[in-house]
Amino acid sequence: MRRLPLLLLAAALVIPLLVRSEYLIGTLTLIYFFAFVGQGWNILGGYAGQFSFGHALFFGIGAYTSSLLFVKAGLTPWVGMWCGAALAVLVGLVTGHLSFRFGLRGAYFALIMLAFAEIFRVAATNLDWVGGSFGILVPLRGHAPALFQFGDKRYFYYIILVMLVAACYGVRRLENSKLGYQMAAIRENESAAEGLGVNAYQVKLTAMALSAGLTALGGSFYAQYFSYVDPAIGFGPANSIEILLRPIIGGAGTVWGPLLGSFLLGGLGEGTRGLVKSYAGVHLMIYGVILMGAVVFLPHGVMGWLRQRGRRG
Amino acid sequence: MAALEVRGVSKRFGGLRALSEIDLRLGDAEILGLIGPNGAGKTTLFSVISGFLRPDAGSVHLDGRELLGLRPHLICRLGLARTFQIVQPFPHLSVVDNVMIGAFNRSSDSRRARRQALEVLARTGLAHVADRAAQVLPIGLRKRLELARALATEPRILLLDEVMAGLNPAEVEETVAIIRAIRESGIAILVIEHVMAAVMELSDRIAVLHHGELIAEGPPAEVARDPKVVGAYLGEPFLAA
Repeated sequence: MRRLPLLLLAAALVIPLLVRSEYLIGTLTLIYFFAFVGQGWNILGGYAGQFSFGHALFFGIGAYTSSLLFVKAGLTPWVGMWCGAALAVLVGLVTGHLSFRFGLRGAYFALIMLAFAEIFRVAATNLDWVGGSFGILVPLRGHAPALFQFGDKRYFYYIILVMLVAACYGVRRLENSKLGYQMAAIRENESAAEGLGVNAYQVKLTAMALSAGLTALGGSFYAQYFSYVDPAIGFGPANSIEILLRPIIGGAGTVWGPLLGSFLLGGLGEGTRGLVKSYAGVHLMIYGVILMGAVVFLPHGVMGWLRQRGRRG
Repeated sequence: MAALEVRGVSKRFGGLRALSEIDLRLGDAEILGLIGPNGAGKTTLFSVISGFLRPDAGSVHLDGRELLGLRPHLICRLGLARTFQIVQPFPHLSVVDNVMIGAFNRSSDSRRARRQALEVLARTGLAHVADRAAQVLPIGLRKRLELARALATEPRILLLDEVMAGLNPAEVEETVAIIRAIRESGIAILVIEHVMAAVMELSDRIAVLHHGELIAEGPPAEVARDPKVVGAYLGEPFLAA
């Protein structure tokens, strides 16, 4: 079992060399991508237990910042993505301060995050210098690695794979650190944690900053991969749901949850699409029903279910 | 100088006077028992001292330092830890992880925190359940876990809120021995307790709260004979051993 991550990684590394299918590479790229932004959400929502319903806020900031800097100032998205992450951290600290200073928890915190994301969506829709409702088209320059543009989609595959592995490794380290323990304590019982010397406000803000930065990096990647972002894709509630769905399904607060959830949903989405090709939209309905089932019957995600089985067996 | 000094603390909840002008001193490595009927204000006093509740008046000093206005985590860092009457474990974390959260109060290194947590588990007789999830422990051990977690923060002063309620006589005896050993290590302890035999046996002094007022204070034997205490709480003279 200990070698499983390395085996998976080895497989992930060689797949593009063995398989020519653009469809498969594209599907896997998106699976890794959603696992990556899911991992970003997971730090705050899964580990620290602060359920954000508006993580598109950070995703959009990442996507818009790197794209705008490229379009308006010619700055390469390789640098722009870090500017986006820094800005997302800043916005995260402000929204976090406003939420945590006034003790917003549970549903109230989830909703205030949704509200913040909506403010950005409406602003982006109405401000012409960020593209208005049309959004931003990243101008293509052919195969230009220095500008985060590639003629071959496999480059994107490897980039998001590296980002995902780094994120999972980082979260694994976090899990075993003082900060990780304190985040878990706050998730489990915030007053008890404070009574034991945990500065809940500071720990939650730190979780917010890490979570925001990581999610924003994912947003920049997305904008480069599709060469496009608009207010709904960037800041919309549908995107917030996409971001939190994988870690929830896979198991929030676990390193493997986002990845597992992403593979399940990715496979499910593609599978149902293949099954009912002739009826447009039917695959989304089936997808939805399976999702509801997963939430009802696997309250702690697939990881929770696996662990429970492991304990019994 | 007293390790903990409570002066003139008052707290109202609407029309209810939960605490009126409470004065209390806890000496170094002293055990002070706090008794009184339900609703007398004992837990409210704990919450004020540990920073979970702001009083309307008064002051609380730890080694001469004002605690009022400080957040609970800072008070813990200054060396005062409490347990909760209604146990508040981190339910999905293992017992040792629960105690590690306390140990991180003095250390940033996970391995050191773990080692310290294991030591505390050994001192509190919980080593055999170290890897169980806190939520599956029976109530007796969960009470013990509250104590272990607070102890792991390495306090100078420990506030124990009914850590013996609901325990069987053998468990009470074990807990009494553990509390004694904690005091031997130099920690001052304030205990709220309804298990009379245990609190009388354990405490150097007893303070009695009734309707938010301190009605008696002194050595256990004296307090047990005090007519006011008998009338308010004990019901009949308690024969201190």
